[in-house]
Amino acid sequence: MIQVDGLYKSFGDLDVLRDVSFEIRDGETLAIIGRSGSGKSVLMKHLIGLLQPDRGRVSVDGVDLGTVSYEELRQIRTRFGVLFQGGALFDSMTSAENVAFPLTYFADMTGEEVQNRVDECLHLVNLADVGPKKPSELSGGMRKRVALARAIALEPRYILYDEPTSGLDPETSNTIDELIRTLAQEMNVTSVVVTHDMHSVLTIADRAAFLHDSRLHWMGTVEEIHQSPDPVLDAFVKANEYHVGNPSAIPSARSTPE
Amino acid sequence: MLDRLLSPVQTLGKFALLLARAFSSIDEIGTYWKNFIDQMVRIGIDSIPIVALSSAFSGAVLTVQTAYQLETSFIPNSIIGSIVVPSMMLELAAVITGFILAGRVGARIAAELGTMRVSEQIDALEAMGLNSISYLILPRVLAGVIMFPVLYVAACLIGISGGVAIGHFGGFLSAQEFLDGARQFFKPFDPFFGLIKSVTFGFIITAVACYKGYFTTGGAEGVGDATTEAAVQSCVFILIADLILAMLLL
Ligand SMILES: Nc1ncnc2c1ncn2[C@@H]1O[C@H](COP(=O)(O)OP(=O)(O)OP(=O)(O)O)[C@@H](O)[C@H]1O
Ligand SMILES: [Mg+2]
Repeated sequence: MIQVDGLYKSFGDLDVLRDVSFEIRDGETLAIIGRSGSGKSVLMKHLIGLLQPDRGRVSVDGVDLGTVSYEELRQIRTRFGVLFQGGALFDSMTSAENVAFPLTYFADMTGEEVQNRVDECLHLVNLADVGPKKPSELSGGMRKRVALARAIALEPRYILYDEPTSGLDPETSNTIDELIRTLAQEMNVTSVVVTHDMHSVLTIADRAAFLHDSRLHWMGTVEEIHQSPDPVLDAFVKANEYHVGNPSAIPSARSTPE
Repeated sequence: MLDRLLSPVQTLGKFALLLARAFSSIDEIGTYWKNFIDQMVRIGIDSIPIVALSSAFSGAVLTVQTAYQLETSFIPNSIIGSIVVPSMMLELAAVITGFILAGRVGARIAAELGTMRVSEQIDALEAMGLNSISYLILPRVLAGVIMFPVLYVAACLIGISGGVAIGHFGGFLSAQEFLDGARQFFKPFDPFFGLIKSVTFGFIITAVACYKGYFTTGGAEGVGDATTEAAVQSCVFILIADLILAMLLL
């Protein structure tokens, strides 16, 4: 379980997060939604201690990340798989080496077992044949999926996904959503998914946390999203539906002049 | 204003923390072995051509100029060897290697780590539970400290050979005279002193570059700044260290 308590974070004069508190229950999939720049990625980095809160605390499995030694923090981090927004692949290595990387450091596997697991993970993200390619030779969406393969390779208990489907075509997006859901259900992974995509939220998440104006503006189950009377959340959801697959929601821009 | 005054202190503090953390997982060096070998090759072996070229030329130029300065006096030719060889060992081989590698090795390390920082690759290492400082910085600094003395020895040998060759082919003095002169005033402390310098410079260049690269902020421009600062500042620190070592040890 991950608990966030009264978290404040600012960069210089910019208050990015103010008094954010919530918890992520074991086995659930929590979506973090909010406008671009609302602090979703910043919040995600706090969950593994890559950023330290100015005030408040984050605890993982009951351990406050602010009080542990660096060695303990590293130990806690091994329970996580993290997909960064930009992929963050090691560009000096091939895709296969990237996926193998956490395995060679943290798994007790023979070379052959590592190889099999790498193939399996690349296959899961529909990229069975890019193993020998360097990240610079891949498209943005492919890079993201290799990074996803790397994040899940160790079968971690927690997986943090920062916009796993942004920049992907709808079909691939669905495959990735499917994968996230399968991992959550079959491997009992606790997942945090940062996303803009309301369609993904509805497909994969149990609950959603909506960041707005540097606060946790709304939190609830996905079923509650559409029933919420909150105007800001409503506007966010509507705006999103204009973009994804709901043409009827698009106000007619080319209405013929009377 | 206070910020200005405090910033060198802060930098030093941050630097000390960086090194402390780099060496805190030195027991895991086995884990970072591959990186270490890799860096030994990149910092050491790959630098040999440029170090050889620059030391051969400086040995040759030093010989020609010393010959010119002594031309009208009645001092024996062999004195040229007595001047060139200690100059090479005490100063030139170490400092020239240091300057060249500040550009070649320092800039490369800063650019590499800076890019890893701004593209979140360092965050990715940390997120997996690796000690990114040990993983990235330890192998580079160790490789610098180990390979610089090797490059220094190569620079000395090649620089002196350059001097001997130009002395012979330029008709200034024979190889025999050159080496006799060198032997006449040889002090075993000279190469030892040069080795101490080269270890120090190897540390300065790699540590400064790692620091600049690791703490890069702000995209491509930040990487550019880090790279320039690494090269320039390690040259400045080399000059300062050179003077301090000379005053302490000579
Ligand atoms: N290291 C940093 N230094 C200074 N400001 C930062 C830093 N990281 C993030 N910010 C600022 O914090 C705010 C939130 O950034 P964040 O990356 O969390 O947004 P986001 O919600 O993930 O947006 P997007 O959906 O576009 O990815 C932004 O205004 C950003 O400029
Ligand atoms: Mg983001």
